[in-house]
Amino acid sequence: MLTERDLAILEMLEEDARVPPAEIAVRLGIQEAEVRAAIANMEKDRVIVKYKAKVNWEKADEHRLFAFIDVRVTPERNRGFDAVARRLHRFPEVHSLYLMSGDHDLTVVVQGRSLKEIAAFVSEKLAPLEGVQGTATHFVLKVYKDDGDILLEEEEDRRLAITP
Amino acid sequence: MTFSPDSKAARVPQQIPPSGIRKYFDLLLTMNDVISLGVGEPDFPVPWHVTEQAIYSLTKGYTSYTSNSGLLELRQAVSLWLHSLYGLLYDPEGEILITIGVSEALDLALRSLVNPGDEVVIPQPCYVSYVPCTTLAGGVPVSVATRPEHGFKLTPDALQQAISPRSKILLLNYPNNPTGATMTQDELLPIADLVERHDLVVISDEIYDRLTYEGDHCSFASLPGMKDRTILLNGFSKSHAMTGMRIGYAASNRTFIGLMTRIHQYTALCAPTTSQMAAIEGLRSGAPAVRKMVVEYDQRRRFFVDGLNAIGLPCPLPAGAFYAFPSITPTGLTSEQFSERLLLEQRVATIPGSVFGQSGEGHIRCAYATPVPNLRRALERMEEFIARLERRPARPSIAQRVG
Repeated sequence: MLTERDLAILEMLEEDARVPPAEIAVRLGIQEAEVRAAIANMEKDRVIVKYKAKVNWEKADEHRLFAFIDVRVTPERNRGFDAVARRLHRFPEVHSLYLMSGDHDLTVVVQGRSLKEIAAFVSEKLAPLEGVQGTATHFVLKVYKDDGDILLEEEEDRRLAITP
Repeated sequence: MTFSPDSKAARVPQQIPPSGIRKYFDLLLTMNDVISLGVGEPDFPVPWHVTEQAIYSLTKGYTSYTSNSGLLELRQAVSLWLHSLYGLLYDPEGEILITIGVSEALDLALRSLVNPGDEVVIPQPCYVSYVPCTTLAGGVPVSVATRPEHGFKLTPDALQQAISPRSKILLLNYPNNPTGATMTQDELLPIADLVERHDLVVISDEIYDRLTYEGDHCSFASLPGMKDRTILLNGFSKSHAMTGMRIGYAASNRTFIGLMTRIHQYTALCAPTTSQMAAIEGLRSGAPAVRKMVVEYDQRRRFFVDGLNAIGLPCPLPAGAFYAFPSITPTGLTSEQFSERLLLEQRVATIPGSVFGQSGEGHIRCAYATPVPNLRRALERMEEFIARLERRPARPSIAQRVG
């Protein structure tokens, strides 16, 4: 069970994974040792899964494309959609994978270096999988906001530099 | 005959000195890469729900005047809000006035109460407009120094000494700009006793009421017997980060609000309609955004004040608003020298405490309404500045030497 303090630490780390425990301690008015212990516990319980950098690949000049692929699947007896999902999630091209409510079953977010590469993945790997009835591929054209972060230009501080 | 504008100007505004902040503002315009701790407003944008409602109201054509008192729906929302926070009951019809920020409300309150020569007791350090607005209203400002050893709270003893037979108004501002001081109910009760005994009116500017970090705010009007004696001023600038929307309100008895409304109707007509629509949405759906801002300010407060103490500027942890008011006396500089040199030599903007009244001398105001990385860089620069001062004792400021 997470405490309010754990949640405060999580929110701070989610915003900036590099904030040092000593600073978290000062900002929350608690001891550094308590912060370290809380983080260690949450890492152990995989509440904190990992720490990584948020990269804007469009700026990195690296050709990376994303596509959202709706997949309709025939569920397997006793195993539902898990069998297909387990086959899919190990492909390195699969960036995220969700079971969805609505008119299709799985949403697969695929990452590739070109249209061709993604098309090949869909037609050669994804569509022929046993149980897959059909796919619809939607390419991402531009990322405005991703995972809570706005990727457009940083908004400038429009306040006057000195106000009473 | 040549025309001389100066000879036509009225004496009273001519005699009011320009705000001490102006000088730093002009200086700053000539500089690059300045980290500003001089901004007395939130760095958060207006909560998006509120902005969106303002846009929507514009597209629907809500752009005409409202009633002088403000939209009834907003007055009702304010009434409910004050009741839910402080148990205060104000009639939306006659006891609440929507104004163009607390600034206008303060001016209206003073002009509605002050006869020439009436004394207005003002605890200092205080917000820069209290003294000039009192003078403009024909009143006589009487300052009461609040002291760092009392956490810049107003003590009954200090107030007692400032009260004279001509005292009419006590102007309170807790949580306080520039000190960040707050006052608890227990600390306010003896003040209320004195107010009662000397038959004073209290103008209570509670614009920072949502920004408290150690216990809830106590509204002066909620103290026993004080509601009728108090003009409660508040608004949306600090709680909802709506500074530029210029929207505030006053709540008090029918007589005071009636007089204020009379002046308001001839001088302002009504507060901006778009801002009133935004404020309704702010009260309706703003709570989560306000909570988030308060959590963030609280963390910055601890971080920044911890840093100030570490670099040798003693500062107790302020309990409200978003200002730290550290002492700079260990440096041997005056607050003006300190702020000016810190700006010119290290490109960190702060405001000298003397701007907020004589008793602010020996301190600087630092607004921590800026993200932690900025605060960290500001502290680093301030540390370098202080380290340099320690090696070399106080000398004339750069501006003095150059100019």
